[in-house]
Amino acid sequence: MAKQLKESPSQTAGPYVHIGLTPNYTGIRGVYPGDLGKETGAEGSAAITLTGTVYDGAGEPVRDCLIEFTQADAQGRTKLAKVGRKTGKFTGFARVPVNLKTGEFRLKTVKPGAVAAADGGLQAPHITAWIVARGVNVGLHTRIYFADEAKANATDPVLSLVPKARRNTLIAEKTANNRYRIDIRLQGEDETVFFDA
Amino acid sequence: MAKATRKKQPASAKPGAVFPQRDRTWHPKAYDPGYRSSILRSPKKKLVMIPQTASELAGPVFGHDLIGNKDSDLITNFARSGKSAIGERIIVHGRVLDEQGRGVPDCLVEIWQANAGRRYRHVNESYIAPLDPDFGGCGRTLTASDGSYRFTTIRPGPYPWPNGPNDWRPAHIHFSLFGQAFTQRLITQMYFEGDPLIPRCPIVRTIKDPKAIQQLVAKLDMEGTRPMDSLAYRFDIVLRGARSTLFENRLEGN
Repeated sequence: MAKQLKESPSQTAGPYVHIGLTPNYTGIRGVYPGDLGKETGAEGSAAITLTGTVYDGAGEPVRDCLIEFTQADAQGRTKLAKVGRKTGKFTGFARVPVNLKTGEFRLKTVKPGAVAAADGGLQAPHITAWIVARGVNVGLHTRIYFADEAKANATDPVLSLVPKARRNTLIAEKTANNRYRIDIRLQGEDETVFFDA
Repeated sequence: MAKATRKKQPASAKPGAVFPQRDRTWHPKAYDPGYRSSILRSPKKKLVMIPQTASELAGPVFGHDLIGNKDSDLITNFARSGKSAIGERIIVHGRVLDEQGRGVPDCLVEIWQANAGRRYRHVNESYIAPLDPDFGGCGRTLTASDGSYRFTTIRPGPYPWPNGPNDWRPAHIHFSLFGQAFTQRLITQMYFEGDPLIPRCPIVRTIKDPKAIQQLVAKLDMEGTRPMDSLAYRFDIVLRGARSTLFENRLEGN
């Protein structure tokens, strides 16, 4: 039997994660034609915009963080074409540096469809997020659900694992047609729920 | 549509069947007061355990076709025509493995680092050392079928940072790994064998097990050197290992 190895330990992404993951965003041009995950391929009337701010335990915006999002397409499919960006198809993957001055993030995407659950049922529409920043020693994994999917949220098998009083930290408010907002709190009262999968 | 999804992904229907649980004692804790920035950025509540569903097992769709052959040469990928980055030329190479020791193919490896004068090319950076006009500080590559990867770059120096009254980071290269599922996602740092700053560094010391720290220390690899050109350092990285049932459509490793 092969020897079991240990996963390499995580280290913080530090304050300059953008150099590695979104160099064009931080002004390093000419190395890569574009930053990976800049567009999910969401277009037209189906597109939604999700905005929010990540806050630390003192209520200050985390201005140097980067969030990766992954999600199903509008039909709930998660196995999306690897060449999605080139073909203009929806990729379901986005890499979003927050605004370095305000700390706000903005994701243009589509609202995902319901995805299969571990027990064979369905999960409510959701987006998976992974947050890295200076001071974050291991990337933080969370989910974003939608307030206008109350019925599906009520039976979602993952939300049901979260204490009722904390579920609202995972639910984006609808602020206008096709616009949603969620703030992520790393610490403190209303701390966002983070997962271990 | 949901039916079709289930049919295509039978492995995801087995709760917890794919990736062994992450060993949180091997990783740093979120809160480590020695590393000041973690104090206000560490969740205080326990992580909520959830099953691995299609969402967590989704493969990366960043555009594998966008990764260019020259992206992995940091000595030239930002340099002006005919120029190259200043510094000690090195090769950093190794394999990305899963916990069963199998190579992880097609893994996106992205690195970033300070220049030889120890300065990062970033709008928020204010260290006294100058920028190198021929060094950007980022590189990326995809692993080969056996999980191997290779970068050419310059050795970054240690630098001071605002944490304690006089803290210095050991020379390091940041690594981001994107394997075959979102649950494998990992960011870490590579250090250089023999650097006396390693055991003094508050960020390194967020890792408590000395054996875990050793996993992040690249070893001088004389066999990998290019004589009269570059020294080589070998750095293997281990990602959470899928049990063999996950990738029903392809053979994994050997």
